Amino acid sequence: MTAYLSAFRARWQVTLQYRAAALAGIVTQIWWGAINIMVYAAFYDGAHPAPLNLNQTISYVWIMQGTLALMPWGCDPDIADAVRSGAMAHDLLRPVDPWWWWFCRAAARILGRLVPRALLMAGFAGIVLPLAGLDDWALHPPPAPADAALFAASIVLGLVLSACITVLLNVATVRTLSPLGANAVITPLSLILSGNMLPLALFPAAAQHVLLLQPFAGLGDLPCRFWLGTLQGPWAAAALAQQIAWIVALTWGGRLALRRTLWRLEVQGG
Amino acid sequence: MTGLSLWLRYARASLAGQVRYPGAFLLQLAGHFATTLMAFAGIWILFHRFGTLHGWTVGQVALFYGLVNIEFAVAEMVGRGFEIFGDAFLRTGEFDRILLRPRWTVLQILGHEVRLRPLARLAQGDAVLALGLAATPVRPALFTVPMLAWTVGGGVAFFLGVLIGQAALSFRTLESLEIANVLTYGGVEAGQYPFDLYAGWFRVLMTWIVPLGAVTYYPVLAILDRPGTPPPALAPLAPGLGFVFLGAMLLYWHRAVRRHASSGS
Repeated sequence: MTAYLSAFRARWQVTLQYRAAALAGIVTQIWWGAINIMVYAAFYDGAHPAPLNLNQTISYVWIMQGTLALMPWGCDPDIADAVRSGAMAHDLLRPVDPWWWWFCRAAARILGRLVPRALLMAGFAGIVLPLAGLDDWALHPPPAPADAALFAASIVLGLVLSACITVLLNVATVRTLSPLGANAVITPLSLILSGNMLPLALFPAAAQHVLLLQPFAGLGDLPCRFWLGTLQGPWAAAALAQQIAWIVALTWGGRLALRRTLWRLEVQGG
Repeated sequence: MTGLSLWLRYARASLAGQVRYPGAFLLQLAGHFATTLMAFAGIWILFHRFGTLHGWTVGQVALFYGLVNIEFAVAEMVGRGFEIFGDAFLRTGEFDRILLRPRWTVLQILGHEVRLRPLARLAQGDAVLALGLAATPVRPALFTVPMLAWTVGGGVAFFLGVLIGQAALSFRTLESLEIANVLTYGGVEAGQYPFDLYAGWFRVLMTWIVPLGAVTYYPVLAILDRPGTPPPALAPLAPGLGFVFLGAMLLYWHRAVRRHASSGS
Protein backbone atom coordinates (compact mmCIF):
# COMPACT_ATOMS: atom_id res chain seq x y z
CA MET A 1 0.00 0.00 0.00
CA THR A 2 2.76 2.45 0.93
CA ALA A 3 4.45 1.73 -2.40
CA TYR A 4 1.38 2.91 -4.30
CA LEU A 5 0.97 5.95 -2.06
CA SER A 6 4.55 7.01 -2.55
CA ALA A 7 4.27 6.53 -6.31
CA PHE A 8 1.24 8.78 -6.19
CA ARG A 9 2.92 11.40 -4.01
CA ALA A 10 6.13 11.51 -6.08
CA ARG A 11 4.27 11.90 -9.33
CA TRP A 12 1.97 14.58 -7.89
CA GLN A 13 4.91 16.62 -6.64
CA VAL A 14 6.82 16.33 -9.91
CA THR A 15 3.79 17.45 -11.91
CA LEU A 16 3.16 20.45 -9.67
CA GLN A 17 6.66 21.72 -10.41
CA TYR A 18 5.73 22.77 -13.94
CA ARG A 19 4.35 26.20 -13.03
CA ALA A 20 5.27 27.93 -16.27
CA ALA A 21 3.56 25.17 -18.23
CA ALA A 22 0.40 25.57 -16.15
CA LEU A 23 0.43 29.32 -16.71
CA ALA A 24 0.99 29.00 -20.46
CA GLY A 25 -1.72 26.36 -20.56
CA ILE A 26 -4.23 28.58 -18.81
CA VAL A 27 -3.56 31.53 -21.13
CA THR A 28 -4.14 29.26 -24.12
CA GLN A 29 -7.34 27.88 -22.56
CA ILE A 30 -8.68 31.38 -21.84
CA TRP A 31 -8.00 32.45 -25.41
CA TRP A 32 -9.63 29.31 -26.74
CA GLY A 33 -12.61 29.78 -24.44
CA ALA A 34 -13.04 33.41 -25.52
CA ILE A 35 -13.10 32.49 -29.22
CA ASN A 36 -15.56 29.67 -28.59
CA ILE A 37 -17.84 31.88 -26.54
CA MET A 38 -17.97 34.59 -29.20
CA VAL A 39 -18.84 31.93 -31.79
CA TYR A 40 -21.60 30.44 -29.60
CA ALA A 41 -22.97 33.89 -28.85
CA ALA A 42 -23.25 34.55 -32.59
CA PHE A 43 -25.02 31.23 -33.18
CA TYR A 44 -27.44 31.85 -30.30
CA ASP A 45 -28.25 35.25 -31.79
CA GLY A 46 -30.40 33.48 -34.37
CA ALA A 47 -32.87 32.78 -31.51
CA HIS A 48 -33.45 29.14 -32.40
CA PRO A 49 -34.35 27.30 -29.19
CA ALA A 50 -31.56 25.01 -27.97
CA PRO A 51 -31.33 22.48 -25.12
CA LEU A 52 -28.85 24.77 -23.32
CA ASN A 53 -29.24 28.53 -23.09
CA LEU A 54 -26.32 30.81 -23.87
CA ASN A 55 -25.34 31.39 -20.22
CA GLN A 56 -25.24 27.66 -19.63
CA THR A 57 -23.16 27.11 -22.75
CA ILE A 58 -20.68 29.77 -21.61
CA SER A 59 -20.32 28.12 -18.19
CA TYR A 60 -19.92 24.79 -19.99
CA VAL A 61 -17.09 26.19 -22.13
CA TRP A 62 -15.21 27.55 -19.10
CA ILE A 63 -15.59 24.31 -17.14
CA MET A 64 -14.35 22.33 -20.14
CA GLN A 65 -11.36 24.62 -20.62
CA GLY A 66 -10.57 24.52 -16.90
CA THR A 67 -10.72 20.72 -16.68
CA LEU A 68 -8.86 20.03 -19.91
CA ALA A 69 -6.21 18.16 -17.89
CA LEU A 70 -8.86 15.53 -17.16
CA MET A 71 -8.58 14.24 -20.73
CA PRO A 72 -6.49 11.08 -21.15
CA TRP A 73 -3.87 12.72 -23.36
CA GLY A 74 -1.99 9.51 -24.03
CA CYS A 75 0.31 6.89 -22.67
CA ASP A 76 2.43 7.76 -19.59
CA PRO A 77 5.62 9.22 -21.20
CA ASP A 78 7.90 7.46 -18.70
CA ILE A 79 6.31 4.10 -19.54
CA ALA A 80 6.72 4.82 -23.26
CA ASP A 81 10.41 5.52 -22.62
CA ALA A 82 10.76 2.32 -20.62
CA VAL A 83 9.15 0.35 -23.44
CA ARG A 84 11.46 1.91 -26.00
CA SER A 85 14.65 1.36 -24.01
CA GLY A 86 13.75 -2.05 -22.69
CA ALA A 87 13.76 -0.80 -19.08
CA MET A 88 10.28 -2.30 -18.98
CA ALA A 89 11.80 -5.63 -17.94
CA HIS A 90 13.35 -3.88 -14.96
CA ASP A 91 10.06 -2.23 -14.00
CA LEU A 92 8.27 -5.57 -13.95
CA LEU A 93 10.67 -6.88 -11.31
CA ARG A 94 9.17 -4.54 -8.71
CA PRO A 95 7.08 -6.39 -6.11
CA VAL A 96 3.97 -4.39 -6.99
CA ASP A 97 0.93 -4.97 -9.14
CA PRO A 98 1.71 -3.09 -12.39
CA TRP A 99 -1.93 -2.13 -12.97
CA TRP A 100 -2.21 -0.36 -9.62
CA TRP A 101 1.26 1.10 -9.96
CA TRP A 102 0.40 2.64 -13.31
CA PHE A 103 -3.02 3.69 -12.10
CA CYS A 104 -1.53 5.63 -9.16
CA ARG A 105 1.00 7.34 -11.40
CA ALA A 106 -1.67 8.30 -13.94
CA ALA A 107 -4.11 9.57 -11.31
CA ALA A 108 -1.41 11.66 -9.61
CA ARG A 109 -0.29 13.18 -12.88
CA ILE A 110 -3.82 14.10 -13.90
CA LEU A 111 -4.52 15.56 -10.45
CA GLY A 112 -1.27 17.53 -10.48
CA ARG A 113 -2.10 19.03 -13.85
CA LEU A 114 -5.76 19.56 -13.04
CA VAL A 115 -5.66 21.35 -9.67
CA PRO A 116 -3.58 24.45 -10.55
CA ARG A 117 -5.25 24.90 -13.93
CA ALA A 118 -8.77 24.43 -12.65
CA LEU A 119 -8.20 26.88 -9.76
CA LEU A 120 -6.71 29.51 -12.07
CA MET A 121 -9.55 29.11 -14.53
CA ALA A 122 -12.20 29.28 -11.79
CA GLY A 123 -10.53 32.44 -10.50
CA PHE A 124 -10.45 34.02 -13.95
CA ALA A 125 -13.84 33.00 -15.31
CA GLY A 126 -15.74 32.96 -12.00
CA ILE A 127 -14.24 35.96 -10.15
CA VAL A 128 -12.17 38.23 -12.43
CA LEU A 129 -14.67 38.38 -15.29
CA PRO A 130 -17.68 39.35 -13.10
CA LEU A 131 -15.54 41.93 -11.25
CA ALA A 132 -14.48 43.39 -14.61
CA GLY A 133 -18.14 43.89 -15.44
CA LEU A 134 -18.24 41.05 -17.97
CA ASP A 135 -20.90 39.08 -16.15
CA ASP A 136 -22.43 37.91 -19.43
CA TRP A 137 -19.21 36.11 -20.28
CA ALA A 138 -18.54 34.66 -16.85
CA LEU A 139 -18.71 31.22 -15.30
CA HIS A 140 -21.86 31.15 -13.18
CA PRO A 141 -21.93 29.08 -9.98
CA PRO A 142 -24.14 25.98 -9.74
CA PRO A 143 -27.77 26.72 -8.84
CA ALA A 144 -27.71 24.79 -5.52
CA PRO A 145 -25.04 23.52 -3.08
CA ALA A 146 -26.19 19.96 -3.81
CA ASP A 147 -25.32 20.45 -7.49
CA ALA A 148 -21.83 21.64 -6.52
CA ALA A 149 -21.34 18.54 -4.36
CA LEU A 150 -22.50 16.24 -7.16
CA PHE A 151 -20.19 18.07 -9.56
CA ALA A 152 -17.24 17.44 -7.24
CA ALA A 153 -18.13 13.75 -6.94
CA SER A 154 -18.49 13.47 -10.69
CA ILE A 155 -15.11 15.14 -11.30
CA VAL A 156 -13.44 12.64 -8.94
CA LEU A 157 -15.08 9.79 -10.85
CA GLY A 158 -13.96 11.39 -14.11
CA LEU A 159 -10.40 11.49 -12.82
CA VAL A 160 -10.50 7.79 -11.92
CA LEU A 161 -12.00 7.02 -15.32
CA SER A 162 -9.30 9.01 -17.10
CA ALA A 163 -6.59 7.18 -15.14
CA CYS A 164 -8.17 3.81 -16.11
CA ILE A 165 -8.06 4.85 -19.78
CA THR A 166 -4.43 5.96 -19.42
CA VAL A 167 -3.50 2.52 -18.04
CA LEU A 168 -5.19 0.93 -21.05
CA LEU A 169 -3.06 3.16 -23.29
CA ASN A 170 0.04 2.02 -21.38
CA VAL A 171 -0.95 -1.58 -22.05
CA ALA A 172 -1.45 -0.80 -25.75
CA THR A 173 2.01 0.78 -25.82
CA VAL A 174 3.61 -2.27 -24.21
CA ARG A 175 1.92 -4.47 -26.75
CA THR A 176 2.64 -2.43 -29.90
CA LEU A 177 6.02 -1.10 -28.67
CA SER A 178 5.12 2.47 -29.66
CA PRO A 179 2.85 5.05 -28.04
CA LEU A 180 2.12 6.82 -31.34
CA GLY A 181 -0.82 4.70 -32.44
CA ALA A 182 -2.71 4.79 -29.15
CA ASN A 183 -2.08 8.51 -28.63
CA ALA A 184 -3.20 9.41 -32.14
CA VAL A 185 -6.57 7.76 -31.57
CA ILE A 186 -7.34 8.78 -28.01
CA THR A 187 -6.87 12.54 -28.17
CA PRO A 188 -9.46 13.35 -30.85
CA LEU A 189 -11.79 10.68 -29.53
CA SER A 190 -11.83 12.10 -26.03
CA LEU A 191 -12.03 15.74 -27.14
CA ILE A 192 -15.09 15.07 -29.28
CA LEU A 193 -16.94 12.49 -27.19
CA SER A 194 -16.39 14.23 -23.83
CA GLY A 195 -18.13 17.36 -25.09
CA ASN A 196 -14.94 19.41 -25.07
CA MET A 197 -15.26 20.37 -28.74
CA LEU A 198 -19.01 20.94 -28.58
CA PRO A 199 -21.49 20.39 -25.71
CA LEU A 200 -22.99 16.94 -26.20
CA ALA A 201 -26.48 18.38 -25.74
CA LEU A 202 -26.04 20.39 -28.95
CA PHE A 203 -25.41 17.29 -31.08
CA PRO A 204 -28.39 16.08 -33.16
CA ALA A 205 -31.20 14.69 -31.05
CA ALA A 206 -30.95 11.23 -32.63
CA ALA A 207 -27.44 10.74 -31.25
CA GLN A 208 -28.18 11.83 -27.67
CA HIS A 209 -28.73 8.38 -26.08
CA VAL A 210 -25.56 6.90 -27.51
CA LEU A 211 -23.57 9.99 -26.55
CA LEU A 212 -24.72 9.82 -22.94
CA LEU A 213 -23.94 6.12 -22.59
CA GLN A 214 -20.39 6.13 -23.96
CA PRO A 215 -17.53 6.31 -21.44
CA PHE A 216 -16.04 9.66 -22.50
CA ALA A 217 -19.18 11.52 -21.41
CA GLY A 218 -17.99 10.92 -17.86
CA LEU A 219 -14.82 12.94 -18.50
CA GLY A 220 -16.54 16.25 -19.01
CA ASP A 221 -20.12 16.33 -20.14
CA LEU A 222 -21.67 14.63 -17.09
CA PRO A 223 -19.73 16.78 -14.57
CA CYS A 224 -20.80 19.87 -16.54
CA ARG A 225 -24.44 18.80 -16.41
CA PHE A 226 -24.16 18.48 -12.62
CA TRP A 227 -22.67 21.98 -12.42
CA LEU A 228 -25.49 23.43 -14.54
CA GLY A 229 -28.06 21.66 -12.36
CA THR A 230 -29.71 19.87 -15.27
CA LEU A 231 -29.37 16.43 -13.67
CA GLN A 232 -31.76 15.88 -10.75
CA GLY A 233 -33.03 12.94 -8.69
CA PRO A 234 -32.96 9.64 -10.58
CA TRP A 235 -31.08 11.19 -13.52
CA ALA A 236 -28.28 12.27 -11.19
CA ALA A 237 -28.06 8.76 -9.75
CA ALA A 238 -28.06 7.29 -13.26
CA ALA A 239 -25.24 9.59 -14.37
CA LEU A 240 -23.06 8.65 -11.39
CA ALA A 241 -23.89 4.98 -11.98
CA GLN A 242 -22.86 5.38 -15.63
CA GLN A 243 -19.45 6.68 -14.57
CA ILE A 244 -18.97 3.94 -11.96
CA ALA A 245 -20.04 1.24 -14.42
CA TRP A 246 -17.42 2.37 -16.93
CA ILE A 247 -14.75 2.54 -14.23
CA VAL A 248 -15.52 -1.06 -13.24
CA ALA A 249 -15.61 -2.22 -16.86
CA LEU A 250 -12.36 -0.49 -17.80
CA THR A 251 -10.62 -1.74 -14.67
CA TRP A 252 -11.65 -5.29 -15.37
CA GLY A 253 -10.82 -5.04 -19.08
CA GLY A 254 -7.56 -3.26 -18.39
CA ARG A 255 -6.38 -5.86 -15.89
CA LEU A 256 -7.30 -8.64 -18.29
CA ALA A 257 -5.50 -6.98 -21.19
CA LEU A 258 -2.46 -6.35 -19.02
CA ARG A 259 -2.29 -10.00 -17.91
CA ARG A 260 -2.58 -11.19 -21.51
CA THR A 261 0.10 -8.76 -22.64
CA LEU A 262 2.56 -9.66 -19.91
CA TRP A 263 1.94 -13.35 -20.61
CA ARG A 264 3.81 -13.03 -23.88
CA LEU A 265 5.82 -9.88 -23.43
CA GLU A 266 8.37 -8.70 -25.95
CA VAL A 267 11.12 -6.53 -24.52
CA GLN A 268 13.27 -4.53 -26.85
CA GLY A 269 16.69 -3.10 -26.21
CA GLY A 270 19.80 -4.86 -25.11
CA MET B 1 24.58 26.07 -55.01
CA THR B 2 21.63 28.46 -54.80
CA GLY B 3 19.48 28.67 -51.71
CA LEU B 4 16.56 27.01 -53.42
CA SER B 5 18.43 23.97 -54.64
CA LEU B 6 20.03 23.57 -51.23
CA TRP B 7 16.61 23.66 -49.62
CA LEU B 8 15.32 21.13 -52.16
CA ARG B 9 18.13 18.81 -51.20
CA TYR B 10 17.29 19.18 -47.52
CA ALA B 11 13.66 18.52 -48.35
CA ARG B 12 14.39 15.39 -50.32
CA ALA B 13 16.41 13.90 -47.47
CA SER B 14 13.67 14.69 -44.97
CA LEU B 15 10.90 13.24 -47.14
CA ALA B 16 12.83 10.05 -47.83
CA GLY B 17 13.13 9.47 -44.09
CA GLN B 18 9.44 9.90 -43.44
CA VAL B 19 8.18 7.48 -46.07
CA ARG B 20 10.61 4.81 -44.91
CA TYR B 21 7.70 3.03 -43.18
CA PRO B 22 4.93 3.62 -45.72
CA GLY B 23 2.24 1.62 -43.93
CA ALA B 24 2.61 3.41 -40.62
CA PHE B 25 2.92 6.72 -42.44
CA LEU B 26 -0.33 6.27 -44.37
CA LEU B 27 -2.19 5.16 -41.25
CA GLN B 28 -1.00 8.23 -39.39
CA LEU B 29 -2.04 10.44 -42.29
CA ALA B 30 -5.49 8.85 -42.50
CA GLY B 31 -6.01 9.26 -38.76
CA HIS B 32 -4.93 12.89 -38.88
CA PHE B 33 -7.24 13.53 -41.83
CA ALA B 34 -10.22 12.06 -40.01
CA THR B 35 -9.55 14.01 -36.83
CA THR B 36 -9.07 17.38 -38.49
CA LEU B 37 -12.23 16.80 -40.48
CA MET B 38 -14.06 16.38 -37.15
CA ALA B 39 -13.62 20.08 -36.53
CA PHE B 40 -15.65 20.85 -39.62
CA ALA B 41 -18.23 18.28 -38.55
CA GLY B 42 -18.55 20.33 -35.34
CA ILE B 43 -19.31 23.48 -37.34
CA TRP B 44 -21.80 21.57 -39.45
CA ILE B 45 -23.57 20.31 -36.32
CA LEU B 46 -23.86 23.86 -35.01
CA PHE B 47 -25.39 25.02 -38.30
CA HIS B 48 -27.72 22.02 -38.23
CA ARG B 49 -28.84 23.06 -34.74
CA PHE B 50 -29.05 26.85 -35.16
CA GLY B 51 -29.68 27.29 -38.88
CA THR B 52 -27.64 30.44 -39.45
CA LEU B 53 -24.68 32.37 -38.10
CA HIS B 54 -25.12 36.16 -38.28
CA GLY B 55 -26.47 35.75 -41.80
CA TRP B 56 -23.60 33.54 -42.98
CA THR B 57 -24.29 30.15 -44.55
CA VAL B 58 -22.33 26.96 -43.89
CA GLY B 59 -20.98 27.15 -47.46
CA GLN B 60 -19.51 30.60 -46.82
CA VAL B 61 -17.99 29.54 -43.52
CA ALA B 62 -16.44 26.60 -45.42
CA LEU B 63 -14.43 29.15 -47.41
CA PHE B 64 -12.90 30.61 -44.22
CA TYR B 65 -12.34 27.16 -42.78
CA GLY B 66 -10.72 25.77 -45.92
CA LEU B 67 -8.44 28.77 -46.46
CA VAL B 68 -7.09 29.01 -42.92
CA ASN B 69 -6.43 25.27 -42.76
CA ILE B 70 -4.57 25.27 -46.09
CA GLU B 71 -2.47 28.26 -45.00
CA PHE B 72 -1.54 26.75 -41.65
CA ALA B 73 -0.86 23.30 -43.12
CA VAL B 74 1.67 24.61 -45.65
CA ALA B 75 3.40 26.79 -43.03
CA GLU B 76 3.54 23.83 -40.65
CA MET B 77 5.08 21.62 -43.33
CA VAL B 78 8.03 23.91 -44.04
CA GLY B 79 8.30 25.71 -40.67
CA ARG B 80 8.60 22.69 -38.40
CA GLY B 81 12.20 23.56 -37.52
CA PHE B 82 11.08 26.89 -36.05
CA GLU B 83 8.23 25.28 -34.15
CA ILE B 84 10.62 23.04 -32.19
CA PHE B 85 13.51 25.51 -32.29
CA GLY B 86 13.91 26.10 -28.53
CA ASP B 87 14.01 22.43 -27.58
CA ALA B 88 15.73 21.01 -30.65
CA PHE B 89 18.29 23.71 -31.49
CA LEU B 90 18.89 26.09 -28.61
CA ARG B 91 18.91 23.89 -25.57
CA THR B 92 21.05 21.27 -27.29
CA GLY B 93 23.56 23.78 -28.65
CA GLU B 94 22.74 22.55 -32.15
CA PHE B 95 22.17 26.15 -33.24
CA ASP B 96 25.90 26.92 -32.80
CA ARG B 97 26.68 24.41 -35.51
CA ILE B 98 24.21 26.12 -37.78
CA LEU B 99 25.91 29.45 -37.14
CA LEU B 100 29.23 27.95 -38.24
CA ARG B 101 27.93 27.06 -41.68
CA PRO B 102 28.23 29.76 -44.35
CA ARG B 103 24.52 29.81 -45.12
CA TRP B 104 21.49 31.83 -44.04
CA THR B 105 20.22 30.53 -40.67
CA VAL B 106 16.59 30.76 -41.76
CA LEU B 107 17.21 28.59 -44.81
CA GLN B 108 18.94 25.92 -42.75
CA ILE B 109 16.17 25.74 -40.20
CA LEU B 110 13.50 25.68 -42.89
CA GLY B 111 15.38 22.69 -44.29
CA HIS B 112 15.55 20.92 -40.94
CA GLU B 113 12.37 19.00 -41.62
CA VAL B 114 9.75 19.11 -44.33
CA ARG B 115 6.96 17.52 -42.45
CA LEU B 116 4.46 15.39 -44.30
CA ARG B 117 1.89 14.97 -41.55
CA PRO B 118 0.19 18.34 -42.28
CA LEU B 119 -0.66 16.93 -45.72
CA ALA B 120 -3.74 15.57 -43.99
CA ARG B 121 -4.81 19.03 -42.83
CA LEU B 122 -4.02 20.37 -46.30
CA ALA B 123 -6.17 17.70 -47.94
CA GLN B 124 -9.15 18.37 -45.71
CA GLY B 125 -8.73 22.14 -46.12
CA ASP B 126 -8.76 21.68 -49.90
CA ALA B 127 -11.82 19.45 -49.71
CA VAL B 128 -13.77 21.87 -47.51
CA LEU B 129 -12.74 24.85 -49.65
CA ALA B 130 -13.90 23.04 -52.80
CA LEU B 131 -17.23 22.21 -51.14
CA GLY B 132 -17.60 25.82 -50.08
CA LEU B 133 -16.87 27.12 -53.59
CA ALA B 134 -19.36 24.67 -55.04
CA ALA B 135 -22.08 25.71 -52.59
CA THR B 136 -21.57 29.47 -52.66
CA PRO B 137 -21.89 31.99 -55.48
CA VAL B 138 -18.57 33.85 -55.78
CA ARG B 139 -17.07 36.33 -58.23
CA PRO B 140 -15.93 34.95 -61.65
CA ALA B 141 -13.02 32.51 -61.68
CA LEU B 142 -10.83 35.07 -63.41
CA PHE B 143 -10.86 37.05 -60.17
CA THR B 144 -11.42 34.30 -57.60
CA VAL B 145 -8.62 31.91 -58.56
CA PRO B 146 -5.72 34.42 -58.50
CA MET B 147 -7.22 35.99 -55.37
CA LEU B 148 -7.29 32.61 -53.60
CA ALA B 149 -3.67 31.93 -54.58
CA TRP B 150 -2.59 35.36 -53.35
CA THR B 151 -4.49 34.86 -50.11
CA VAL B 152 -2.93 31.46 -49.47
CA GLY B 153 0.50 33.02 -50.13
CA GLY B 154 -0.17 35.77 -47.60
CA GLY B 155 -1.55 33.27 -45.11
CA VAL B 156 1.46 30.95 -45.37
CA ALA B 157 3.71 34.00 -44.87
CA PHE B 158 1.67 35.00 -41.82
CA PHE B 159 1.82 31.60 -40.11
CA LEU B 160 5.53 31.23 -40.97
CA GLY B 161 6.00 34.63 -39.37
CA VAL B 162 4.30 33.37 -36.21
CA LEU B 163 6.56 30.30 -36.08
CA ILE B 164 9.70 32.39 -36.66
CA GLY B 165 8.60 34.88 -34.00
CA GLN B 166 8.03 31.99 -31.60
CA ALA B 167 11.54 30.70 -32.29
CA ALA B 168 13.10 34.16 -31.90
CA LEU B 169 11.33 34.62 -28.55
CA SER B 170 12.76 31.35 -27.33
CA PHE B 171 16.26 32.88 -27.40
CA ARG B 172 15.14 34.46 -24.13
CA THR B 173 13.53 31.42 -22.55
CA LEU B 174 15.60 28.57 -24.04
CA GLU B 175 12.55 26.43 -24.53
CA SER B 176 9.82 26.14 -27.13
CA LEU B 177 7.03 28.44 -26.09
CA GLU B 178 3.67 26.73 -25.96
CA ILE B 179 2.07 30.12 -25.62
CA ALA B 180 2.53 30.53 -29.37
CA ASN B 181 -0.24 27.94 -29.75
CA VAL B 182 -2.57 30.86 -29.14
CA LEU B 183 -1.63 32.20 -32.58
CA THR B 184 -1.01 28.93 -34.44
CA TYR B 185 -3.74 26.49 -33.44
CA GLY B 186 -5.73 29.31 -31.87
CA GLY B 187 -5.31 31.29 -35.08
CA VAL B 188 -6.72 28.42 -37.10
CA GLU B 189 -9.64 28.18 -34.67
CA ALA B 190 -10.35 31.92 -34.89
CA GLY B 191 -9.82 32.16 -38.65
CA GLN B 192 -12.43 29.47 -39.32
CA TYR B 193 -15.24 31.92 -38.64
CA PRO B 194 -16.14 35.28 -40.18
CA PHE B 195 -14.56 38.06 -38.14
CA ASP B 196 -17.71 40.16 -37.85
CA LEU B 197 -19.00 37.89 -35.09
CA TYR B 198 -16.03 38.66 -32.82
CA ALA B 199 -15.82 41.52 -30.34
CA GLY B 200 -14.32 44.78 -31.61
CA TRP B 201 -11.05 44.58 -29.62
CA PHE B 202 -10.45 41.06 -30.89
CA ARG B 203 -11.04 42.08 -34.49
CA VAL B 204 -8.66 45.05 -34.28
CA LEU B 205 -5.97 43.01 -32.53
CA MET B 206 -6.22 40.12 -34.99
CA THR B 207 -6.19 42.33 -38.08
CA TRP B 208 -3.80 45.19 -37.37
CA ILE B 209 -1.34 43.82 -34.79
CA VAL B 210 -1.49 40.17 -35.83
CA PRO B 211 -2.87 40.19 -39.36
CA LEU B 212 -4.83 36.94 -39.24
CA GLY B 213 -8.01 38.62 -40.48
CA ALA B 214 -6.09 40.08 -43.41
CA VAL B 215 -5.35 36.59 -44.75
CA THR B 216 -8.77 35.04 -44.03
CA TYR B 217 -11.73 37.34 -43.49
CA TYR B 218 -11.10 40.31 -45.79
CA PRO B 219 -10.00 38.33 -48.87
CA VAL B 220 -13.11 36.16 -48.57
CA LEU B 221 -15.23 39.31 -48.41
CA ALA B 222 -13.64 40.28 -51.73
CA ILE B 223 -14.31 36.87 -53.26
CA LEU B 224 -17.93 36.96 -52.13
CA ASP B 225 -18.21 40.59 -53.24
CA ARG B 226 -19.85 41.24 -49.91
CA PRO B 227 -19.99 44.77 -48.56
CA GLY B 228 -18.03 45.37 -45.39
CA THR B 229 -15.33 47.57 -43.96
CA PRO B 230 -13.01 48.09 -45.81
CA PRO B 231 -14.93 48.14 -49.12
CA PRO B 232 -14.36 45.08 -51.35
CA ALA B 233 -12.29 47.20 -53.71
CA LEU B 234 -9.56 47.51 -51.05
CA ALA B 235 -9.89 43.98 -49.61
CA PRO B 236 -7.74 42.33 -52.34
CA LEU B 237 -4.74 44.18 -50.90
CA ALA B 238 -5.21 42.66 -47.44
CA PRO B 239 -3.08 39.48 -47.84
CA GLY B 240 -0.05 41.75 -48.33
CA LEU B 241 -0.16 42.34 -44.57
CA GLY B 242 0.82 38.68 -44.11
CA PHE B 243 4.07 39.34 -45.96
CA VAL B 244 4.66 42.52 -43.95
CA PHE B 245 4.23 40.49 -40.77
CA LEU B 246 6.70 37.86 -42.00
CA GLY B 247 9.20 40.63 -42.81
CA ALA B 248 8.87 42.10 -39.32
CA MET B 249 9.38 38.69 -37.71
CA LEU B 250 12.48 38.06 -39.86
CA LEU B 251 13.95 41.35 -38.67
CA TYR B 252 13.19 40.35 -35.09
CA TRP B 253 14.83 36.97 -35.72
CA HIS B 254 18.02 38.61 -37.00
CA ARG B 255 18.23 40.88 -33.99
CA ALA B 256 17.77 37.90 -31.69
CA VAL B 257 20.44 35.87 -33.52
CA ARG B 258 22.93 38.74 -33.26
CA ARG B 259 22.48 38.89 -29.48
CA HIS B 260 22.63 35.13 -29.06
CA ALA B 261 25.09 33.73 -26.54
CA SER B 262 25.26 29.96 -26.67
CA SER B 263 23.67 27.82 -24.01
CA GLY B 264 25.78 24.75 -24.79
CA SER B 265 28.75 23.59 -22.81
